[in-house]
Amino acid sequence: MTEFEPVLLKRISKKASPSLDAYRADGGYRALTKALNEMTPAYVVDSVKASGMRGRGGAGFPCGVKWTFLPKDHPGPIYLCINADESEPCTFNNRILMEEDPHQVLEGVVLACYAIGAKTAYFYLRYEYGRAYRALQKAIDEMYAAGLLGKNIMGKGLDCDIFLHRGAGAYICGEETGLIESLEGKRGWPRIKPPFPAIEGAFRKPTIVNNVETMACVTHIIDRGADWFKSIGVPPDPKNPRDAGSYGPKLYCISGHVNNPGCVELPLGVTVRELIDKHGGGVWKGRKAKGVIPGGISMGIMTEAEFDTPLDFNGPGKVGCLGLGTAAITVFDDQTSIVDVLYGIARFFAHESCGQCTPCREGTGWMMKILDRMRKGLGRVEDLKILDDVAKSIGIMPGTTICGLADGAGWPIKNAVQKFRSELEEYIRKGERSTAASLQMVGAH
Amino acid sequence: MAFLSESIRKRIEDYIPRYPSKQAVTLPALHIVHDELRCVPRQAIREIAEILGLSSAQVHDTMTFYQFFREEDQKLGKARLWVCRSLACQIRGGEELLNHLCDKLHVQPGGTTPDGKITLEFAECLGACEGAPAVMIDDEHVHNVTNEKADEVINELRGNP
Repeated sequence: MTEFEPVLLKRISKKASPSLDAYRADGGYRALTKALNEMTPAYVVDSVKASGMRGRGGAGFPCGVKWTFLPKDHPGPIYLCINADESEPCTFNNRILMEEDPHQVLEGVVLACYAIGAKTAYFYLRYEYGRAYRALQKAIDEMYAAGLLGKNIMGKGLDCDIFLHRGAGAYICGEETGLIESLEGKRGWPRIKPPFPAIEGAFRKPTIVNNVETMACVTHIIDRGADWFKSIGVPPDPKNPRDAGSYGPKLYCISGHVNNPGCVELPLGVTVRELIDKHGGGVWKGRKAKGVIPGGISMGIMTEAEFDTPLDFNGPGKVGCLGLGTAAITVFDDQTSIVDVLYGIARFFAHESCGQCTPCREGTGWMMKILDRMRKGLGRVEDLKILDDVAKSIGIMPGTTICGLADGAGWPIKNAVQKFRSELEEYIRKGERSTAASLQMVGAH
Repeated sequence: MAFLSESIRKRIEDYIPRYPSKQAVTLPALHIVHDELRCVPRQAIREIAEILGLSSAQVHDTMTFYQFFREEDQKLGKARLWVCRSLACQIRGGEELLNHLCDKLHVQPGGTTPDGKITLEFAECLGACEGAPAVMIDDEHVHNVTNEKADEVINELRGNP
């Protein structure tokens, strides 16, 4: 098989300049020019729909279909929010796109605004991405100066403004309605749905929330066509009637105990093993992997025996994981205690639970405290059942919370109790203690 | 006499036309004040509320939801040094690094050195996982931070050659 040639990372892998001139010299804003001259907004929507592109943020909802949920012939305003809150642990692909090739993303944003009839896009960017903030603001300034933003873009009557809006370090603001509340100047507390944002979103107006990589994909779908996008990746699994296929290129983040951590672009459907061995340079220090955390920490855990699972939208579910998530993998080696891994995960969610729904606020804290007790050699065998019970009873799926944070908090715990039961039981039985540096549970609720 | 300077007020007001509601300027306003004063004093909260047509309780409510912002009794040092403790960094030495910096600076996470130069913080995933363990100085990432590299970073922040 021939090597896949990167599309989203094409300019970045060549260390091309992020400037507008350089971007244009490489064919940038060709898609926008084409759309404004030759395509109606409905045609742009249809192209994205036909490409089968599923959102790159984590949930994998088909982007073009989401756009069609907006009310027809709405007098406006309609808003576009770009979710650049990328806070899922182990995920950094959007950061790289924004820092190194911001125009590729911003072209997609203008295309999306044209498609859905939005005149204003809010770019909700996590505060921790200072470099991305400055790169984006510079690119936006260049666009205004070149007539690619503002009034009557390219003389085609399109008006569009893009405003950067910086977050303040809250994971929950990556949940689309938490993001909207935060944008409005309130606590980032997710809203009860319905109404979905497409009907009633930011400032109570119809709103589309899309991920950064999704926007970059829109640029290329309009430039190269839906058929090109659909020629990459994996068609729907005939055995799974709910699988809409996994088309297009995807940015995969590789971190943890590998020799070469980084971000690579590959057709959807690459296996975990290939990511580790071929792209991550193998497990570090000549060791073996014990497992990976796929898709950010919310998607569960895979054991070494499951490494041949393809990372497309359908694959992780086959081994009990929640989904593809952000397509980030974090490898942990065979010297790493599963208790330490779980404790780190549980501590994150206990810190980041927004506190709105009781089962999540309390459950994430209890899971952390139980794992902390185990780390100190004071675990009890019945703790595993308690962990499993809590993990399974918090979230949207059991119907106890408003958003999916708790589902993500419970999933890796639930997976581990099942997949690493013997290691956990032995740890408890022997009264083992963590040898990793242990800080207090600072900052947890 | 207003507590917030003319220039801060002007910068906050400049954000208002961007949004259909003034309340949406809450986070930008808090960032502007926080960057400038290294905390958000009570009187600043009152004045932000006044500029945005809100009650100061609304601004305070939003501000305290985001643990990012410091009140006046918790004023930040000149630089804010964040050490990532989330999974990708945790398993590559992030916690050891945080311990090292606590020892070196004689502060707990959240604390500020007596000379007012450095506030040390733990961070949840900074999104710099390919460079784990990572730290952040204000809003700039530093990758692959060994204990030695951390010592260099704090030397620089202290203004030592």
